[in-house]
Amino acid sequence: MVLTVAAIVLVTFVALSAIFFIWLERKVAGRIQDRLGPTRAGGKFGWLQTIADGIKLLAKEDLIPANADQFLFRLGPYLAFTGSFLAYLALPFSRDVVALQMNIALFFMLAVMATEVFGVILAGYGSGSKWALFGGMREAAQVVSYEVPMAICVLVPVLVAGTLNLNVISQQQAGLFWNWYVLHDPFTFLAFWTYFTCATASCKRAPFDLAEAESELVAGFHTEYSGLRWSFFFMAEYGSMFAVSGIATTLFLGGWHTGVVPASLSDWLFENVWFLYVVLSVVVFIAKCWILVFVMMWVRWTLPRLRIDQVMTTCLKYLLPIACFLLLGASLLPLVWHSVFPGWVKLPFRNPPAFPAAPR
Amino acid sequence: MNASEILFWIVALGTAVCAVMVVITQHIVRCAVWLLFTLAGTAGLFFLLGLDFLGATQLFVYVGGTLVLVIFGVMLTATGPFIQLRAGAGEWAMAIIVGLLLYGLIAASWFFADWSKLPEAAIPDDPKQMYYTEQLGRALLGDVSVQPRSALPNVSAKPTADPGKGKKVSVQRSASAYLLPFEIVSVHLLVVLIGAAYLARPRRKRASTMPSGER
Repeated sequence: MVLTVAAIVLVTFVALSAIFFIWLERKVAGRIQDRLGPTRAGGKFGWLQTIADGIKLLAKEDLIPANADQFLFRLGPYLAFTGSFLAYLALPFSRDVVALQMNIALFFMLAVMATEVFGVILAGYGSGSKWALFGGMREAAQVVSYEVPMAICVLVPVLVAGTLNLNVISQQQAGLFWNWYVLHDPFTFLAFWTYFTCATASCKRAPFDLAEAESELVAGFHTEYSGLRWSFFFMAEYGSMFAVSGIATTLFLGGWHTGVVPASLSDWLFENVWFLYVVLSVVVFIAKCWILVFVMMWVRWTLPRLRIDQVMTTCLKYLLPIACFLLLGASLLPLVWHSVFPGWVKLPFRNPPAFPAAPR
Repeated sequence: MNASEILFWIVALGTAVCAVMVVITQHIVRCAVWLLFTLAGTAGLFFLLGLDFLGATQLFVYVGGTLVLVIFGVMLTATGPFIQLRAGAGEWAMAIIVGLLLYGLIAASWFFADWSKLPEAAIPDDPKQMYYTEQLGRALLGDVSVQPRSALPNVSAKPTADPGKGKKVSVQRSASAYLLPFEIVSVHLLVVLIGAAYLARPRRKRASTMPSGER
């Protein structure tokens, strides 16, 4: 019962934030290109532009090309959306405010977000169009490659935290902002930027949006889609943008903690005015994720698109070695540190209280 | 019948139907999609049984695996737009015999097992009694003092008073660590990867036909 409510709330959240992000994307694009963006639908800032577009998409004819494989063509959008939505089940929005309390939440999120690419590839293959097939193949090559450095980068803060439970990881970063894992040591600092690059690529956002590449492939994998099916791909894309930003926020940027409220005060708030604490921290968490999503948009409208070979080079020749180096460094750092400065300056490497290291 | 049992039957039946569809579908990419659903359904069963780690691993490994199957197995070898696959009568007969034998083996082992000797519940309801992935990681390195969370000494935020006082956990180094099999599997996979790269490499022209400047 509780899970059903949580699922409904999350679906609504994903859909509403997609509506907001699409409006924001146009506004950001407009401002960066020195124009105004949407101004007409719904007042001065074009607030209702996405709603108007949504109505237009609902009214559009649901077209399936004669060459398409009907079953795969219909299946693609749902698979893509399911993959990006399922990740939210394990994403903690505040202390203990999460649909599923999971011991391996981070691993679960990465696993289900990997299924999103399947929808894109089925759409590309099932459309029966060469543009779409090219887009799907590029997406497959890109995502399969970028998953590797992304997963390795995620391990760097996990080494520090000693757990995969996102709720616990956030709670460990309570207090002032130097507790955030991005500022924990040089390796986590670099891992944050590497992770964010890989995450941008795994959401197929520019400069890595080779799957769509409208200058070469018409619209890539969703060339043949129209109406509501097309909009499912966009919900999936914006949904996974928020989800990867949520992972980045939780792992590196202190989760729902503001970074200016001391840990004792936030604990007191949690115990005494729980409701206020939850509302405020959910707002803080969402705001942090929005900032990261905004950065993705900023990057999209600032940098030119890479070529497919450059995309693969970036991943396999640069990001992957960097990620491996960071993982190696992060695992060696506590050992080296403790043997060079024994008991003198202690880096806060935790074994979380529940899982003590067995005494040697 | 409670909700989770109903859910179990729904997921189990769905998985079984998808598995049958894998066999009878002739369109090869659809076949791969049914395979994906079968594997995802199995992951769902693991989640229902409380085996989160196993379920997530199943998803992570097999979704990627099926993906690579579709792309390399189908798209790179296809000659037409949508490929059909037809099995001959001999192949059907062979497949049915092997399938029935495997089914018989599983059914027999299920039938002859003494279920009454098993513990009440493999997965305890109390989270403190559960096994966590940490023990798995330790076992990989040969530390087989695998114990539920509650059995470990409770070292909380403050450091332990003195080592003599706390409950001792014996760390046994065992020869039956999983590390060696794990390494063997990794090396095996590496060999397969190199072999695949070798087979898929572009055919080079002979040195004599190449322009001299290229070497």
